[in-house]
Amino acid sequence: MRVMVMVKATKESEAGVMPTEQLMTEMGRYNEELVKAGIMLAGEGLHPTSRAKRVHFSGKNRTVIDGPFAETRELVAGYWMWQVRSMEEAVEWVRRCPNPMLSDSDIEIRPVFEAADFGEAFTPELQQQEERLRAEIEGKKT
Amino acid sequence: MRDVGVAEELAQDALVAALEHWPAEGLPDNPAAWLMTTAKNKALDRIRQAALHRRKQEALGADADALGEHLTPDASDTLDDQDIGDDLLRLMFTACHPVLAREAQVALTLKLLAGLSTPEIARAFVQSEPTIAQRIVRAKRTLTNANVPFEVPRGEELESRLAAVLEVIYLIFNEGHTATAGDDLMRPALCEEAMRLARMLAQLAPQQREVHGLLALLELQASRLRARADAQGRPILLMDQDRARWDWLLIGRALTALETARALPGEPGPYELQAEIAACHARARRAEDTNWRGIVAAYDALLTIMPSPIVALNRAVAVSRAEGAATALPLVDDIVDEGTLKDYHLLPAVRGDLLVTLGRLTEARAEFERAATLAQNQREKQLLLERARQTLS
Repeated sequence: MRVMVMVKATKESEAGVMPTEQLMTEMGRYNEELVKAGIMLAGEGLHPTSRAKRVHFSGKNRTVIDGPFAETRELVAGYWMWQVRSMEEAVEWVRRCPNPMLSDSDIEIRPVFEAADFGEAFTPELQQQEERLRAEIEGKKT
Repeated sequence: MRDVGVAEELAQDALVAALEHWPAEGLPDNPAAWLMTTAKNKALDRIRQAALHRRKQEALGADADALGEHLTPDASDTLDDQDIGDDLLRLMFTACHPVLAREAQVALTLKLLAGLSTPEIARAFVQSEPTIAQRIVRAKRTLTNANVPFEVPRGEELESRLAAVLEVIYLIFNEGHTATAGDDLMRPALCEEAMRLARMLAQLAPQQREVHGLLALLELQASRLRARADAQGRPILLMDQDRARWDWLLIGRALTALETARALPGEPGPYELQAEIAACHARARRAEDTNWRGIVAAYDALLTIMPSPIVALNRAVAVSRAEGAATALPLVDDIVDEGTLKDYHLLPAVRGDLLVTLGRLTEARAEFERAATLAQNQREKQLLLERARQTLS
């Protein structure tokens, strides 16, 4: 399964306070561990909402609102996409994360929708070109 | 941990502990991580003991516990993560040792490196738990009896042993890839496990070109999982798939992996070449933009290292797209003459496709009908008969 792991903002992150060198180093090592474990798919830091825009939808109307936005604790400061076996594994990994912020903070884990694609029938014979090839190569190797 | 001998010992300790003390059920969620932690703890113990011994000799009567506390943070800093990575690599090679049968290699890899439980492995491969449990027990015994060293192979041996590791990972992926309706959800989970193993391997053995090639191939194949069947569960051919349903995150990663492979010394191997073919499709936002010449070139290279009529057949299809049916038809005729694929239903099916394009409909119908008789699968039979019927309209 996939999860989106979101580091929530704090006053400091919204104020653009840069992380200490120590935090950068620790985060770097943590990200390396994520990559080594094969679960890291993507991850980025986000600029504070002073650089953000929102588009408000109401019927046919679209209103563009410039940041910064008020509800600090609800804002996202950074995110990862991970491939994990379960929410439990995701929690385990998040717990190992270094404190992302100077003050108390939250990291939120959201499971990603997986379409019910694996419930669909798929017969091995009806394969596209690459899959014919794959079967052949597997046969050659065993 | 600069002492290789000590690292070896610790790794061996950890592995022995793993092989002997993990119960059949209740396996830690992530044995690889467990292994890391165990080895680290053992190393910490060792360092602590060694330092303690030294200090005790230097300053009799000092508080040993306090010294231990003081030492711990330093010890964990000096521990080289590279050694832990090496242990994982050794574990991978050990689990895929040639003394083991392929299915034992697969079971052991899933158990020790992918962190699957025995019931999970059993469900994934549609076999009974006792069968899997026995297979794992026997595999461990075989390794012990054969005195298999816990090491990463070197030199010439490395390539062939690595090939086995890659094959095991690919096999696991394929098992998951052929999941059908009603199958346990453990089967598609195998695709994810295989990708994780491939990613881990790419970190552990970054100099190996085919490792990145395999990773690229797996992520590209996985990128189309959501687009390959319609709402009724009928398969959709790649050229007809809705590309918006392709997983572009995986495609991006795969293309990066392919670039990494290309930058490494050596010639591309079969995984990298198959990945290149898949990448040609992935790089086209619309089916009509597909770089068929690039695909032909990849097949040319693949044929050189893996000459087989099926590869040649796939190449012929690519040639027909790149250069036209008239150019491809003689290639297909050569394959027919070659004879190996005389019972392979897709050979007449491809020939039929080409003949339709060339307007030779009567001959095409005969080919589709022949293909239908050869097809093993009912759904496929129906499709081929339908194509035969269409030539009449």
